[in-house]
Amino acid sequence: MKKRLLAVLMCIAMTASMLLGCSAGSEGDSSEDSGDKSAGTREMEVEGDATELEVWTFIEMHQDFYTDMAEKWNEEHPDKKVKLVLSNMAYDDMHNKLSLALESGEGAPDVVDIELGKFPAFMTGEIGLMDLTDAIEPYKDNVIESRLEIYGKNGAYYGFPTHVGATVAFYNTEALEGAGIDYTTIKTWDDFKAAGVKYYEATGKYFACVETTAQWMINLMLTQKGGDYLDADGNIDITNDKMVEVLEYIKGMQDTGAFATVPGGQPDNEEAYPSYNNGDYAVQIMPFWQTSRFTNYMTDLSGKVAIAAPPVWNEGDAIKSIGGGGTGTAVVASSENADLAAEVFAYIKLSEAANEEVWNVLGFDPVNTEVWTDTELTQNPDNQFVQFFNTYPFDTLLEIQDGIYALESLTSEKFPSINNEFCTVTLNNIYENGMDIKEALEESQDTLKNEFGE
Amino acid sequence: MKKLFYSQKIAPYVFVLPFVLTVVFFWVFPIGNGILLSFQDVLKDEWVGLGNYKRLLSDKIFLKAVYNSAKYMVGTLILLIPFPMLFATLLNSKLMKKPGLFKSIYFIPALTSVVVAGTIFRLMFGEMETSLANQVIGIFGFGPIKWLKGEWTGYFALLLLACWRWTGVNILYFLAGLQSISTDIYEAASIDGASKWQQFIKISFPLLRPTTVYVLTISIYAGLSMFTESYMLWKGNNSPQNIGLTIVGYLYRQGIEKRAMGYACAVGLVLLVIVMIVNLIQLKATGTFDKEER
Repeated sequence: MKKRLLAVLMCIAMTASMLLGCSAGSEGDSSEDSGDKSAGTREMEVEGDATELEVWTFIEMHQDFYTDMAEKWNEEHPDKKVKLVLSNMAYDDMHNKLSLALESGEGAPDVVDIELGKFPAFMTGEIGLMDLTDAIEPYKDNVIESRLEIYGKNGAYYGFPTHVGATVAFYNTEALEGAGIDYTTIKTWDDFKAAGVKYYEATGKYFACVETTAQWMINLMLTQKGGDYLDADGNIDITNDKMVEVLEYIKGMQDTGAFATVPGGQPDNEEAYPSYNNGDYAVQIMPFWQTSRFTNYMTDLSGKVAIAAPPVWNEGDAIKSIGGGGTGTAVVASSENADLAAEVFAYIKLSEAANEEVWNVLGFDPVNTEVWTDTELTQNPDNQFVQFFNTYPFDTLLEIQDGIYALESLTSEKFPSINNEFCTVTLNNIYENGMDIKEALEESQDTLKNEFGE
Repeated sequence: MKKLFYSQKIAPYVFVLPFVLTVVFFWVFPIGNGILLSFQDVLKDEWVGLGNYKRLLSDKIFLKAVYNSAKYMVGTLILLIPFPMLFATLLNSKLMKKPGLFKSIYFIPALTSVVVAGTIFRLMFGEMETSLANQVIGIFGFGPIKWLKGEWTGYFALLLLACWRWTGVNILYFLAGLQSISTDIYEAASIDGASKWQQFIKISFPLLRPTTVYVLTISIYAGLSMFTESYMLWKGNNSPQNIGLTIVGYLYRQGIEKRAMGYACAVGLVLLVIVMIVNLIQLKATGTFDKEER
């Protein structure tokens, strides 16, 4: 009898533990999930009826910005109030999660920030993002068109741009003056190189870096030459003459000794900031948003940095600068409130009020160029960026305004892979290991052809 | 009903049922699904036949990833089996004072999160003159090295991380094995005049074989499927010239970063096949199958 009872009890215990095991597992998952969310999640407080919009970001500063702007929207549109629920995640994490959510059709937010480098990946196959062309329409006249196009496909726009990211030159004037160099005389790349040599001879320190994990300067030089990574038919073509010329030119710079690779491989990197902050390198060719890195990570340089137009190949060239980097805010097509989300975020990102905030809070060059000429705003002595740099940042922007272009292949579905290959293999082969440029490019060309099945 | 409960034939199946169900739902089904996906282009939702596998064979980055994983596995086998065995023997020796203290010291790294450890190792092996590794070699008069940009220096950092982390765990396995060896054998040996070293070679080593085979098996698998260590050491999946790219890293890059799920499944299946082949050869060579047949 006892035995039998024991057997029955054990059977029950076993089945129960199995069932409990399952449910406990799923419960554990969900609680972990919500725990995760609350860690990086913020909810707006809104009075009265409001539509809830879930927003994913990968830069925390954007949360403040969106909340501020959504409050303004609610004041102006009491009948269409929104309540933002914002989650901030790590860069890779967020994009991977979004990719999986769109793939599986579950768990995607209403609105999401997508980084430019990742954007083309969401333009392949069936596009899960909403066509925002209509929502952009009211603001279109004042927005730099090339910045809309980088988030577009076949004439439709899928992302609201955040900034122009015009590539400019940041000169450490204190260091340069010490070596008798006047940065305003640097107009062409030849001037730039010569100034580097002079600086190196005078100080023994590096003038600027040779990039291995990004292509800010390379893309600028390439676009200025009219070159690209793809040929006219969209096939991979990184062994073209212009590419070789640009990389050879940079190699020539490196050979002078005045230009060298930097820890971290590019100026926008936690390992690189100290090298600039303590004056090991004097100059950065970077997109405009590097301003915020100066005020946050290179604080010793306050009052010692001038922003100037980047060098060109020949004086008078049409292409003076290119937009670099960026974040496109997209609306998920399957969202219940997609239309409202598109309208609200067009306001949040493209209206004039929004673009003033982009400069005041984030220090970026806003896409709405009306703001650029508002000197009350751009030369406001209380602004931390105006205080930090010893030139008015917008003077430079206005100077190059008509010459800001974009690298064409930036919008190609192939660009993320090309970028990846360059930043891991090609540039390291050339500038760290001294491989022959043509050889390195051909090797990478083979790798990429294999991937694209060309 | 009564029959059912007391049936000797059914009982064993009831007891193994939870395990069987787990295997079916969480292993067999996903693997089957993975095999199907590996013949598709998931993003375009079309069947591509052997396309993914053909691409794999001519994919240099994949071959590099296989090479890296194999190299890492071999390195860990060479370092993480003999040394922990030796340390375990020392810890087990009566001459050792406070073995408990040393056991816990060895084991602490295993309790640290790989994410934290990887980040700290990355900072230690930074390329600036002030990084720890460069300061250490500076004492011996060497200039700073770009540790994580060179193939072999990066490999060194990776192996050091692996040794730091897994030595303690393997010591525990070997300790458990050693403690199951009867002390009578050692006593008899020492009466016959065997030295400590002879005892280790002639008694401990052969009697530890089941433990060694087990550690070898899981080390082969762990070595080939390593991902987190490299991911953290190079702060992401992209290392210079892919020196830190592993098979799983490549699977992650294709499946998650590039959304090529079908191709990633093909990568995963190739990893499965490689691990199976290596482990089967090793188990056959160490004679594990023979015992069961007897």
